[in-house]
Amino acid sequence: MIEHFFHTEIARGLVECAITALLGLVVMLLARRRAPDLFRDLPVAELRGVLQIVAVGAILAFLLHGPRWTSIFVLAGMVFAAAGIVRKRARLIPRAFRLALTAIAAGAGGVLCLMALLGVIPLGITILIPVGSMVIANTMNTQSLFLDRLRGEVLAHTGEIESALALGATAEAALSPSLSAAYRACLIPSIDNIRSLGIVWIPGIMAGMVLSGASPLYAALYQFVVITTIFSASALTCLIASRMVTRRLFSAHEQLLLRP
Amino acid sequence: MNPSSPLLECANLTRELYAPAEGKVTAGSAGPAKTLLHDVSFSLSRGEVLAVVGPSGAGKSTLLRLLNRLDEPTSGAVRLDGEDYRQISPLDLRRRVGMVMQRAYLFPGTVAENIAYGPAQHGKNLPPETLASMLARVGLEEYGSRNALTLSGGEAQRVAILRALANDPELLLLDEPTSALDEAARSGVERLLESLIRERHLACVWVTHSTDQARAMADRVLVLAAGRIRAIGTPADVLAPSLPGSSSEPGGAA
Repeated sequence: MIEHFFHTEIARGLVECAITALLGLVVMLLARRRAPDLFRDLPVAELRGVLQIVAVGAILAFLLHGPRWTSIFVLAGMVFAAAGIVRKRARLIPRAFRLALTAIAAGAGGVLCLMALLGVIPLGITILIPVGSMVIANTMNTQSLFLDRLRGEVLAHTGEIESALALGATAEAALSPSLSAAYRACLIPSIDNIRSLGIVWIPGIMAGMVLSGASPLYAALYQFVVITTIFSASALTCLIASRMVTRRLFSAHEQLLLRP
Repeated sequence: MNPSSPLLECANLTRELYAPAEGKVTAGSAGPAKTLLHDVSFSLSRGEVLAVVGPSGAGKSTLLRLLNRLDEPTSGAVRLDGEDYRQISPLDLRRRVGMVMQRAYLFPGTVAENIAYGPAQHGKNLPPETLASMLARVGLEEYGSRNALTLSGGEAQRVAILRALANDPELLLLDEPTSALDEAARSGVERLLESLIRERHLACVWVTHSTDQARAMADRVLVLAAGRIRAIGTPADVLAPSLPGSSSEPGGAA
């Protein structure tokens, strides 16, 4: 229907964005009593999101004509931005920015480098940046979930954690059940993505590849490649974060610092 | 070990809490301080039971946390058998100083796994016969393989006591261990603790709300109010005589 009224791609895109943004706001309005904080965040998040993605589109259009190595800087910028967003969700966890930055750079960066070296992800800007951004964005989400859940677990189980410490357990041993619960919870969406691939979920990259002329079968296989890469990067990122977070929650004398 | 010197010495213990910065409470940052504990000094001999009484917020639990080094004093020192707490690794210290909290906080797993938790932390196995005799001692002979999270309050607290004793501590800290229990379970756990403390000749710091409990269990009583020592001495010296039907809350104790 929209194409009858808006004839240029840009105008159509903007109207489509406005409709989906409005839908998001209506849904949050309906759910405002459940999560008032999120409702306040959403308009700004939507505005930020659209400006950022338009900027990326513009940069991509520019980079397409430039040398390949420029994509490294774009991906590094994304890692920094992702770490900044994780830090905001990791309330009460000290030095969360450095934790998120290290974990995402090593987890997402490591997996992307390996895939690029093996030739699984081609080094062309048109592929490396979109795939890289999907991997980084998903590790960011997973890590936010991980740290948020971990904080909740620790605050809800202070008695168990301090009982373990009081019995002579190390901070690592005392925190282990909370880390496992948070780790498990944050990876459920990534595993369900793999499980539901093609049945519940046909993500955009496959549609994009088919539209640009790839065979549907190869596009389907490549979709699996992307989703499992996302899972590996997320799991590795949170594993690194779980190693780093213990020392942030306990003093050098094995005392729990994060208490209600 | 020197039997003539006190087992535990607290010298001028003070714990201050600083204004929260970004929701975090940090010791040592600038800001108006709230004094949780002020200049608390006392000593405790082997085999002696010291009850710590006082109203809510008096600093009783804060004191116990410092004695197990779950928290750090702002100033002052604690010595165990003449050795400064800061010279002992926290892991070793907490094996020598057992703690039982208000609630049992048992871990997921069997009763046996819970009791063996402390020794397992430093690579030791609790021999099955030791475990069996410990369970028998508290009347839970058949409970070793039970899921720890299905026990009643009184049973769970008995297991928590055994779990603390499995490390063979020299000093036992009790943070209102019976206050979350119903009347029947409370007297059972009280009797059990009393006999275990005597059997093992344990030094014990017993935090309680109840002056009746302090009178019944303790050799000496320390009365805390607003983080300061109001009185310390024998129950007869420090606590007003119990009247039938009177409140067990320590009030005009000092």
